[in-house]
Amino acid sequence: MSILNLHNSLNTYLILAAILFGMGIYGLVTRRTLVGMLIASELILAAASINFMAFNRFTAPDPTLGQIFTLFIMAIAAAEAAIGLSITIAVYRNYKSVDTEDVVDLKG
Amino acid sequence: MNPTDASGILGFFTAEGFAGYADGLAGLVFLIMLAATIIGGIIACNSERLVRAVAGLALCLVGVAAIYYYLNSPFVAMMQMLIYVGAVCITIAFAIMLAAPEENKKHGPAGALSGPFGLITAGLATIGMIGLAVNTKFAVHTKVNMGEVKLIGAELLTSYSMVFELISIVLLIAIIGSLIIARHGRSK
Repeated sequence: MSILNLHNSLNTYLILAAILFGMGIYGLVTRRTLVGMLIASELILAAASINFMAFNRFTAPDPTLGQIFTLFIMAIAAAEAAIGLSITIAVYRNYKSVDTEDVVDLKG
Repeated sequence: MNPTDASGILGFFTAEGFAGYADGLAGLVFLIMLAATIIGGIIACNSERLVRAVAGLALCLVGVAAIYYYLNSPFVAMMQMLIYVGAVCITIAFAIMLAAPEENKKHGPAGALSGPFGLITAGLATIGMIGLAVNTKFAVHTKVNMGEVKLIGAELLTSYSMVFELISIVLLIAIIGSLIIARHGRSK
């Protein structure tokens, strides 16, 4: 298979989604700030959406289903980002920091 | 000269020759967008400054939108540009400006999983998922339609109208809740 024909193979998209997922996991476990962890979680959500869209394009009988599911993932991700950022701002107002070690006494 | 001869530089101007070049160009643009996605992701999860991380996230999400375009879904690609690149990245940039001062940042390891152990964890997850994806045979079904935007709209308002309304309520509650959380304690 030619390298210019990569966009017609399911494996390309699955491997890309796995790489994005791995980068999201790496960012999630190594980041020190809440905003950095939120950015990493956006990468994980993008990887999940790519998987849905790839199976939607290559194997599913009804290609509208995966697109609708991806739209729902986008809506939930937007809500999650809004809530997460407002919690970050509230934490910053109380602790003057968004570092995960400074807010460790929030642990129950 | 034979007008259907697709060889040589003149072949670009014939129909078959142009189709061949266009396919090659599509593959080239796909490779560029793949590289943009991966480089953006690396910047987003690795850079020291959070503003650069957001810029990397925006680059990565533009690449993902292009990949949606290659997956026969221009509508979802447009929504990706509007929601993620347009709204989520700007919101994260505002949160960084409001709440993430760069001067009193700490350095050094953040926990047991940071550094090499985090890299090993993420690498194992990636390799495992790639192995699963490559070694599995997926059943391919014949398409019943082509996934047009019109059909998406019809499905959203018939089969999935309940989920659609619930998502709207979730978004409304999320917006009001985030306003209340961010406003709490502001007046003192």
